Amino acid sequence: MSDISVSAAPALTGRLADAARRRLARVPVPVLLSSAFLALLAFAVALPHAVTPYDPLLSEVAHAMQPPDATHWFGTDRIGRDVLARVVYGARYSLLIGLASMLVSLLIGLVIGLTAGLGRRVVDEAASRVFDVLSAFPPVLLSLFVVSFLGQGIINIAVAVGIAGIPKFGRVLRAQTLVVRRADYVTHAVIFGLSRRAVFWRHVLPNVLAAVPVIATIDVGSAIIAVAGLSFLGLGPQPPTPEWGVMLAEGRDVLRVAWWPSVFPGLAITLTVMAFTTIGKYLSRIYGVRTR
Amino acid sequence: MSEITRASSPAAANGPARTLVDVAGLSIGFADVDAGRPLVRGVDLTIRAGECVALVGESGSGKSLTARSLIGLAGAHARVDAARFEIDGRAAAGFRERDWRAVRGGFAGLVMQDALVSLDPLRTVGREIGETLARHVKGQSRAQRVAAVHAVMRDVGIPEPERRAAQYAHELSGGLRQRALIASAIAASPALVIADEPTTALDVTVQAQVLAVLEARLRAGVGVLLISHDLAVVAGIADHVIVMHRGEVVDSGPTRSVLERPSHPYTRQLLAAQPGAHSRGHRLGSARLVERGDATEAGASTIVRERLPVRAHTGGDTVLRVQGIGKRYARGNAGADADAFVALDDVSFDVREGEVLGIVGESGSGKSTSANIVLGLLAPTAGSVEFLGGRWNGAGVNETARSARRPLMRYIPQDPLSAFDPRHAVRRLLADGLHAQRLAKPAVLERSVALLEQVGLDASYLDRFPASLSGGQRQRIAIARAIASKPALIVCDEPVSALDLYVQAQVLDLLCELQAQLGTALLFISHDLDVVQHISDRVLVLKDGRAVETGATAEVFASPQADYTKMLLRSAPALRATRQAA
Repeated sequence: MSDISVSAAPALTGRLADAARRRLARVPVPVLLSSAFLALLAFAVALPHAVTPYDPLLSEVAHAMQPPDATHWFGTDRIGRDVLARVVYGARYSLLIGLASMLVSLLIGLVIGLTAGLGRRVVDEAASRVFDVLSAFPPVLLSLFVVSFLGQGIINIAVAVGIAGIPKFGRVLRAQTLVVRRADYVTHAVIFGLSRRAVFWRHVLPNVLAAVPVIATIDVGSAIIAVAGLSFLGLGPQPPTPEWGVMLAEGRDVLRVAWWPSVFPGLAITLTVMAFTTIGKYLSRIYGVRTR
Repeated sequence: MSEITRASSPAAANGPARTLVDVAGLSIGFADVDAGRPLVRGVDLTIRAGECVALVGESGSGKSLTARSLIGLAGAHARVDAARFEIDGRAAAGFRERDWRAVRGGFAGLVMQDALVSLDPLRTVGREIGETLARHVKGQSRAQRVAAVHAVMRDVGIPEPERRAAQYAHELSGGLRQRALIASAIAASPALVIADEPTTALDVTVQAQVLAVLEARLRAGVGVLLISHDLAVVAGIADHVIVMHRGEVVDSGPTRSVLERPSHPYTRQLLAAQPGAHSRGHRLGSARLVERGDATEAGASTIVRERLPVRAHTGGDTVLRVQGIGKRYARGNAGADADAFVALDDVSFDVREGEVLGIVGESGSGKSTSANIVLGLLAPTAGSVEFLGGRWNGAGVNETARSARRPLMRYIPQDPLSAFDPRHAVRRLLADGLHAQRLAKPAVLERSVALLEQVGLDASYLDRFPASLSGGQRQRIAIARAIASKPALIVCDEPVSALDLYVQAQVLDLLCELQAQLGTALLFISHDLDVVQHISDRVLVLKDGRAVETGATAEVFASPQADYTKMLLRSAPALRATRQAA
C-alpha cells in the first residue's frame, strides 16, 4: 500500500508539473511579461520600502537634479528627491485610484445595465439615452466637469474618472443581459418553476458577470491614463504626493535641462497601461473561446 | 480544360455507361488530427453515368470527407491515398489545383446542405448560377448566358425564372433556395452531381420536390453521388448504397440487397432501429434483424423487437385542454386585423392522463407556437388553455398563479445544449429540476443520482459540463430534469430531431419506457412522421397555423382524410424494402 503511494506520488506530481508547463507554454510571451510587470507593481504597492531605501518625500537640496547613477538609479528631481522612490511609492496612488474608478464604473454600469436589460422598454430607452449623453462628452472633459463640482482630491478624482467610464460597462452589460435574458436556459428555468429571484441569482447574474473580467482589465488601463492626465492638470492629488501624473507636471518645468524626472513616471504609466491592455485582450480571446 | 467531357445526351448513352468515378482503397487523413491516423479508410467507390450512388452514415462517419476528396476539396492538409483514384478516366492522384478547378463545376457539381450560406448573399441567384456558366462554358454572349440560366432554373422546377433570377437567396423559400443551389451546380451540365445532405434541413414535401429534381438529372444521364444520414431518403432514389461507419465502408451493394439483406451488424442495427407504425409499443434500440426461418425466399429478413412495459394508466382525466387558441402578430403599424400575420388560428386539442399526443406539421405550421402557448411562455391572442382543471392563461393568471402547478408541466427541448446554463455542471442542472421540491442538500444529491440511473447514466456524470457530453447524453439529462418533479405532462419539442438514428432509437426507448412507468402524458411535437407514428396515441396535423386533421394515430396514417395529410404521407420517404419485410 505504502509502496504504491510512494511510487505513484512522483509520477503524479511529474504529470501535474508537465501539465502546468504545457499550459504555461501556451500563454504568449507578452502576456507573461505583462503579468510579471503587474506582479512587480503589486509588490511595490504593498511593500514600497522593500523596493527602495529612499523616502519619496525627503528632499536633499544638495543632491538636486542629479542624473541617474549608481546611488540614485532614476536620478533626483528639482528639490533633490529620489525619482525611483517616488515612482515606486506612486504606484500606490496611480494603481489604487485606477482600480477604484474602475469599480465605480463597474458598479454603476452593472446596476444600470441590468435594469435596462431586464426592465421594460421605457426603462431600457431611458438608460440607453443616459449612456448616450455620458459618452457624448470626451471622457477627460466629463471628468473635469465632475471634479469641478466635487472639488479636487484623491477620492473625487476616482469618482470623476469612474463616472466617465460608466457607459463602457453599462452598454456591454446591458447587451449581455439582453442575450442572457432570452437564452433558452433562462426560459427553461422559468418552465421549471424557479422564482424570478432564483432565476436572476442562479442564471442571469452569473452569466452577465462572465463578461466583466475582460472589460474591467482593459478599463483599468485607460482609467490610470485618465487619472494621470487629471493629476497632471492639477486636479488630482496635490504635490508633494508622489503620484505619476503629478510627477510629470513637476518634471515639465525642468524638462529642458533634466529628462529623468518626467521620463520615468511616464514610462511607468505607459508600461502599466500596456500590461493591463495586453492581459485584457488575452482574456477576451480565451474567454470568447471558452463560453461560446 | 476542353478535355473535360460534359454529360452526354441520354440518346448517346446507349452503350455501356461511362465510368465517372473509379476509386479503390481510398484513405484520407490529416497530419494534425488523431496523430495522422486516416479518418476514412479503404473506401471503394464507382459511379457511372445515369447512376445514383448513396453514401449513408451518421455524423462523423467520413461520408462528406470522402465525397469532397473526389473534387479535391478534402482540405488543405489532407493526405489522400488510394490504390486507384480515377476521375473521369484520368488518374487524379497527380492533379494540381488548376486540374481540380476544371473538374469542379465543369465535370462535377457540388450541392451542399444549407443553401442560405452556400449562396452569396450579395448576389442575385441568377448571377450565382451564371458564374458557373461563365467559367466553364466559353463563347456565350451575355444574352445566351441569361437564357441558359433561365433554362437551367426551369429544369430544376423554379417557376418564373425571369423574376426569381433577379432575387437574392434570402428572398427565396427554403425549397426554391435549394433548387437554385442545385441549378448553380448543374448549370455547366456536369457529368456528376455530388449532393451533400441536400434535403436535410427541408420539410418532407419540399424534400420530395428536391429529390424529384435529382431524379430528373439521373434520367438525363448524369451520375449522382447522394450523401445522407437517412436510409429512407436514399432508398427511393439510389441504385447503389454504401453504408459508412467510423470511416469505413461496412455495407455496399445494390440498394435492394443492402436494405433487404444487409450483411454488416451496423447496417442491420440501423434498419432495425427505424421507427414507424410497425414499431409501436416496442423497443427500437434492442431490435434485431433476423433471417426468416423457412428461407424459401432467399435472405428475406424480418425485425424482432422487445415489447415496451405496459403503461401504468392511460386515458383517464383530461390533463390539458386547449380551446381555440390563436396567435396573431401585427405587421408594421397597421391596426387593421386583415394585415396581421397569423401564426396560429383556432387550434383545439386535449391531452388525457398518460396519453401521447403527437403534433406534426412542417416548419411554419405553428407547432412551436402551440408549444410555447401551452408552456405559458407566450400569451395567445385568442382561446384558452386549462391545465389540470384550472385556468393556465388569460386575464388574472400570471406566473405567480401558475407557480404551484409549474412542476407538473415540464419541457424537453430539441437542443438541450442551449437549454442548459453553460456554467452549470450536471449536478446543478438536475438541482434546477428538483428546485420545486425544496429538498435538503443530501436529498437532492440522492435524487439526482437516482434520476441519472433512471435515464441510463450514473453518478460519474454529476460533475460533467453539458459541453463535454454527447447529443444522446445531453438529451438523457434533459429527460432526467423533466421527470424530476414527476410531472403530469411533458411538452417535447422535436426531442430527437438532432440525433443520429441509433441514438434517436435509444432516446425514444427511454422516453417511452419512462412514460409508461410514470404515467406521464406527452405532448410530442415533431416533423418526423415515422417518429410520431412510433410514439403517439393520437395525432394532430397542423398546416399554416390551422389544425387540418386529428384522430387516433393509426387511423390518421392509414386513411388520411385531409388532402394535406395525404400529401404529407405521400412525400415522406419510406424504406419500402423493410416495410414489406416487417
